[in-house]
Amino acid sequence: MPRLSCWFIRAALLHLTLGFTFGGLLLFHKGAPLHPALWRLLPAHIEFLLFGWTVQLALGVGFWIFPRFWRSRGNERPAWLAFGLLNLGVGLVALGTLLSLPPLAALLGRLAEAGAVIAFTWHAWPRLKPPGAARTST
Amino acid sequence: MPLLTRWFIKLALIYLVVALWLGAALLTQALRPLPPFIAALGPVYFHLFMVGWVTQLIFGVVYWMFPKYSQEKPRGREGLWQATFWLLNLGLLLRMISEPMQALTPAPLPPRPPAAFWGWSLALSAILQWLAGLLFVVNTWGRVKER
Repeated sequence: MPRLSCWFIRAALLHLTLGFTFGGLLLFHKGAPLHPALWRLLPAHIEFLLFGWTVQLALGVGFWIFPRFWRSRGNERPAWLAFGLLNLGVGLVALGTLLSLPPLAALLGRLAEAGAVIAFTWHAWPRLKPPGAARTST
Repeated sequence: MPLLTRWFIKLALIYLVVALWLGAALLTQALRPLPPFIAALGPVYFHLFMVGWVTQLIFGVVYWMFPKYSQEKPRGREGLWQATFWLLNLGLLLRMISEPMQALTPAPLPPRPPAAFWGWSLALSAILQWLAGLLFVVNTWGRVKER
């Protein structure tokens, strides 16, 4: 497994832990009330599991298993950028809702997430090819 | 494909079918009234997709295809994987029953049986699913490694 996939997947596992913990607290609270303020965790719970876990895992596994150019995975820089932007975005959206930051924080987070997907697409597009179609990344 | 992966994926497919049927049934509320238990399954519907289908499918494929933990324990601790499977599915099934039952049961203050029973049952379903997630992370972490 390449280094970047390890980073993507470990970050996805951390987001899964946070998302399940927040979700577990919310569901527990629904059955046996703990504190009304817990409902503030709901947007972060959704963000962690949809983008931090599911999308991030898909990008990490895609980087690992998509077809390669002989021994190279092509231009890896946009994929690293995608990793940084995705986690920045998830963090901004989650913290924005948890700490009641101005809506600009969540907007910037969403833009970072969109940027992450664009960057990953930039990286992955040439790798989506039939077997033996090209032996180099150029 | 290992046995546990087959269980994960077959149950994931069953949850997907149930979620799609439930989604269709909930849509018909605009045309005719639904039985109260079905109508109260709204919050469960989304989690059948995200936990029952997506997460369970991922768990099954990760167990099968991720790099080996070691030569002796290629998939990590088998007991923890079995526990993950049972905790996730018991938790989700308990939620499917408890959440609508709690919504349909009048709740006096302070809660007394049977409202308290369904409330604590829902809380237990939360603990079971949370433990499943934690065990998955613990067991998978060691298999995420560079080659």
